[in-house]
Amino acid sequence: MELDFGPAVRDFRDELRDWLARHLVGEFAEHRGVGGPTDGEAWDVRLAWDRELAAGNWLGVGWPREYGGRGLGLLEEIVFAYEYARANAPYRATVNALDLLGPMLLAMGSEAQKKRFLPPILAVEALWGQGFSEPGAGSDLASVRTRAERDGDQWVVSGQKVWTSFGVHADWLYVLTRTDPDSQRHKGLTLLLLPTDQPGVEIRPIRNLAGQDEFAEVFLSDARTDADLVVGEVGQGWRTAMATLGIERGTTLLPQQLTFEREAEALIGLARQRGALDDPMLRRRIVDAWISVRIMRTTNLRTIAELTAGRTPGAQATTAKLYASTRHQRLGRLAMELAGPAGQIVGRDYGLDTRQRSFLLSLAETVYGGSSEIQRNIIGEQLLGLPKDPRP
Amino acid sequence: MDLTFSEEQDELRKVVRSFLAKHSDEAEVRRLAADPLGHDPAVWHRMAGELGLQGLAVPEEYGGSGFGYVDLGIVFEEAGRALLCGPYFATVALAAEALLRCDDEEARRDLLPGLASGETVATLALTEEDGRWDEAGIRLTAHGTTDGWRLTGVKTYVPDGHLADLLLVAARTPAGVSLFAVDAGAPGLTRTPLPTLDQTRKQARVRCADTPARLLGAEGAAWPALARTLATASVLLAAEQVGGAAATLDAAVAYAKIREQYGRPIGSFQGIKHKCADMLMEIESARSAAYGALWALDGGDETETALMAALAQTYCSEAFSRVAADNIQVHGGIGFTWEHPAHLYLKRAQSSEVLLGSPAYHRELLAARLGI
Repeated sequence: MELDFGPAVRDFRDELRDWLARHLVGEFAEHRGVGGPTDGEAWDVRLAWDRELAAGNWLGVGWPREYGGRGLGLLEEIVFAYEYARANAPYRATVNALDLLGPMLLAMGSEAQKKRFLPPILAVEALWGQGFSEPGAGSDLASVRTRAERDGDQWVVSGQKVWTSFGVHADWLYVLTRTDPDSQRHKGLTLLLLPTDQPGVEIRPIRNLAGQDEFAEVFLSDARTDADLVVGEVGQGWRTAMATLGIERGTTLLPQQLTFEREAEALIGLARQRGALDDPMLRRRIVDAWISVRIMRTTNLRTIAELTAGRTPGAQATTAKLYASTRHQRLGRLAMELAGPAGQIVGRDYGLDTRQRSFLLSLAETVYGGSSEIQRNIIGEQLLGLPKDPRP
Repeated sequence: MDLTFSEEQDELRKVVRSFLAKHSDEAEVRRLAADPLGHDPAVWHRMAGELGLQGLAVPEEYGGSGFGYVDLGIVFEEAGRALLCGPYFATVALAAEALLRCDDEEARRDLLPGLASGETVATLALTEEDGRWDEAGIRLTAHGTTDGWRLTGVKTYVPDGHLADLLLVAARTPAGVSLFAVDAGAPGLTRTPLPTLDQTRKQARVRCADTPARLLGAEGAAWPALARTLATASVLLAAEQVGGAAATLDAAVAYAKIREQYGRPIGSFQGIKHKCADMLMEIESARSAAYGALWALDGGDETETALMAALAQTYCSEAFSRVAADNIQVHGGIGFTWEHPAHLYLKRAQSSEVLLGSPAYHRELLAARLGI
């Protein structure tokens, strides 16, 4: 099955395919398939690749022209995500700003903020990190404790953020802070844009289980930012943050699904090579792995079809994340089992191959972007209308 | 690029759902489950006359209205939701499809209009004592005489075989597997209803003793057409399974909202809430499987259809069985009683799982089609 949206976007698709074929070469081609939301590997090459994309005007396809985008529609954005993943291009180093902050600013930012921040994102001149999670606020973002106080025409921010993806590279952070010290839960929160290049900001890398420094903890002590760098309204940061997370849930699955399909194909190839297809127990799991990636694809196509038809996507748009993350972990375990003892040997300096990296990093997929348990609560409460959990 | 429903299709769903809510409610399902015939001819004729459901996807030249499989899938999904009792699956998903796919224009012109109009109840008699759905399972024999073909042997687990007016019987001749049409009143034909675990879907044993039959298409050439028929029927069954599964979730959620324990609705406890969320995830995944297969059918790509049909039958069978069982758990003790409808869905899930071959069988079909 091939995505085809008709002649309207076919030229766009062909232009993109052609561009990718000509530019995804050399060192960039060597880093095909590298990266992911939790993978900081090959950072410099990927950053250079992002700049290559920027030079080709391929970043921000759906963003308005006045901010450096192409001013195209949802269809083109989807086609871009699909073709990009189809070409197996490296995971973008700028994904935080492109997929989360940018759309958030477009939806809720002031005109001055859009003019100031969007063009440097598309030119890969400013890198962004997300400052939502805290040591005490992972899935429960409403328990954010990082404080921000007004001091003249500035905000003074103190607290600690954690799990900031690509945080060590960030020039700017978008930070959820508590601006009303007496507030509870999701009231009294404010979303601030904060430069990292100042004495009050200390960023320390955190090594993940694959041995990479892909996220960071951020210590803020009287860090400062300008008063007008509030996104949305003061005290309404919860609304702004939730809108961002909604964007995140909607955009990450399509490229992922193509990666998973590739992994399933590799898995079948490995099984054939190892004679595992003759083992009925393994055979069953292998066919089920194939089924699960095909279901992911069809689920995504349903959502895209509904979006492009101007309909509100159904329940599958919400259940897709839970399905994809849990099934991908099964696929990873099976691939490691099929690889056998050879799969246990790593390269120099703990260098992992694609299978090992994907298996280890898949363990994060049921945590980031809302854990599976949170997903089940969302599905239960928002889609099925079940009553909220007992809360003290 | 489609994979979404049109407004007309939404409307079709609404009409069918409201019709079935009236004519296939729990009381009616229980009445027909207890009834040996398991079929209400009056409702059957209204389905045909008022809604045109039997002929929905039959081409107009054969008396139908020429809609696509996506439309037909909507009807099957709703039929599954309502646990519709009667020969709709046997007539529409099996017999009409077999007629459409066998290479016999004359037979199509003779026989299909009756099915499309609801005049004829029909079925496909394929399985024998070992319940196999593959070519090798067909051993009932046909032999030619001076005045036509005669069948001898036994078919069993024939869906609605006890009441069908027309039976399409797969038989073996020296040339291979062939398909025959047998009239319910043909001499030497005996039909015995089988007591079934799932009382909402009746089956029969059919014995042919030198029974006259009409050859459909060329002798020995029926298997490819039958395989395609079974693939299509698998997809329609998958849609039916999705509907049944969705109904069990609706019941589980409704109960979890009102049933209180420890002073709170049980749906507020994560043990129950997360089970319901997993049920929805399974159902939406099953929907993707079934809808993807329906779209493949309408798209006319045979390879894709064969893949998606096997995938859909594997996945939707297991998903329906799982959520039907989960529904009983959410209901606790009450869900375990005869009076509660939960077991009706559990049993329908069970019978559907093997109706066209088990999930293991369809997994193997899929593996073969993938070349693994």
